[in-house]
This record gives sequence, C-alpha cells and structure tokens, in this order.
Amino acid sequence: MATSPAGTLYRGREGMWTWVLHRITGVTIFFFLFVHVIDTAMVRVSPEAYNTAVETYKNPVVGLMEVGLVAAVLFHGLNGIRVVLVDFWEKGPRYQREMTYVVAGLFVLLMVPFTIRHLANVFGG
Amino acid sequence: MSAPALDAPHSPGGRATGRNPRSTGNFELNSWLFQRGSGLLLVVLVFGHLFVNLMLGKGIHAIDFAFVAGKWANPFWQVWDLAMLWLAEIHGMNGLRTIINDYATKPTTKFVLKTLLYFSALVVLVLGTLVIFTFDPCIDPNSTLEVCR
Repeated sequence: MATSPAGTLYRGREGMWTWVLHRITGVTIFFFLFVHVIDTAMVRVSPEAYNTAVETYKNPVVGLMEVGLVAAVLFHGLNGIRVVLVDFWEKGPRYQREMTYVVAGLFVLLMVPFTIRHLANVFGG
Repeated sequence: MSAPALDAPHSPGGRATGRNPRSTGNFELNSWLFQRGSGLLLVVLVFGHLFVNLMLGKGIHAIDFAFVAGKWANPFWQVWDLAMLWLAEIHGMNGLRTIINDYATKPTTKFVLKTLLYFSALVVLVLGTLVIFTFDPCIDPNSTLEVCR
C-alpha cells in the first residue's frame, strides 16, 4: 500500500468548491420545488386558498429567503453551463478555473439588480 | 502519520451501484446526458420564469389567483410551466439519486431514501400536471375576473 506524506485529503481548489456548492444548491432547489408545486396546487382549491399561500412569500422574512433561493438557482444554472462546457467543449477542461470566475462575475452581475428590485418589491409594498 | 488505506476503485456498474454491469445498459450514460440537456433547457425556462414573475411589474406583489389565471389563459405559459415542471423534477430526482448513491452506504438506507425520492417525485409530477391541465379560472362562482363574466 502506497503512503503519501501529504495524506489523501483532496484539495481541489475552485473546482472542488463549485462542485460542493452545486450539490448543496441542487438539493435546496429540489426541496423548494416540492413546496412550490404544492403551494401552486392551491389554485385548484380556491382563489382564497391560493392567495393565502402566496401571501407567505410576500412576508419580509420569507422575502429575504427568496433572495437566497434565487442566489442558489442562479449559481446552479450558471455553474451548470460551466459543467456542460467542461464536458463538451474541447477547451473546457483547460479553462475550467477561468470559467469559475466568469460564473462568479455573471452571478454578481445578475444578483445585484435582482436583489435591489426584489427587496424594493418586498419592503416597498 | 500514514495515509489511510483506500479500496480499489469500483468497476463501472459494479459495487458502486450493486448491479451487474451487463444489466444496466446505458442507463447511467443516458441519465448523465439528460442531466446536461435538461439543465441547459432549465436555465432558459427557470431564469425566464423568475424574470417574468419577480422582476417585471410589481414583482412578487402582483402574484395572486388572477395573475395565475392570466398566465394560464395563454397556452404558451401552460407549455412553459409544464416543460419546466417535468424537466426540473426529473433533473432534481436524478441529481438526488446520484447523491444517495454517493453517500448512503447501507443498502437499506439507499432503498428507503430512493423509495421516498421516487414517491415524492411521482406526487409532484402528477399533482403539478393535473393542476396545469385542470385549472379553472372560474372555480369561484362569484368570480369577478373578466373571463368569468
């Protein structure tokens, strides 16, 4: 059995952390989807039942959680495009680290206007 | 400190999935491909969904029964939401299946988690599909919505 002085702890830098984040955000979105289909199903009960359910989403605390949820969706989607490029683009593996920073840049670029707009809607009434 | 001993890597379709490699066919390859194809479509569908529902107009404050009725009066949004529902649920189910395969070591744990996963996916797909196809904007007989007068 080979021994390694450095141990076997994987230090994958950016690629490892985006992989971890991709899993965490994916599971988060999956559980939200379950809740979201059930709250939307209230339209088959009555307009009042649906309006009561959606009212929850307009609560300021839940409104802040929605910023987190959209952040999870944006990261998962943008990093997902990076994963597809790493897998299918011939130069993808070579530029995977650079693409991580493109993902981060696009994430900030989309998150800033969304957060401003959404929080104005949530807190502005 | 010496490094912990590592097992030899699992052979494809071997111990990792507990199946005979010859009986799995191309299932894992197909689900891997589906994950990427559906993912690209979902970027368009989900980002579009978030933009229309949360960014346009009054955002989340505009969402109520009348908003849903207005959207689903248009077959375009019915198809959009149906495609998003099916692609997202199967994409998520496939992702969670992979995570269970990676972290659940006992066969019983794997079986219980996967049973729960497939059952919840079935509930979401059936319920969501029924809601889109049987939606009635005039479910309330005293509705004041334009389509019901």
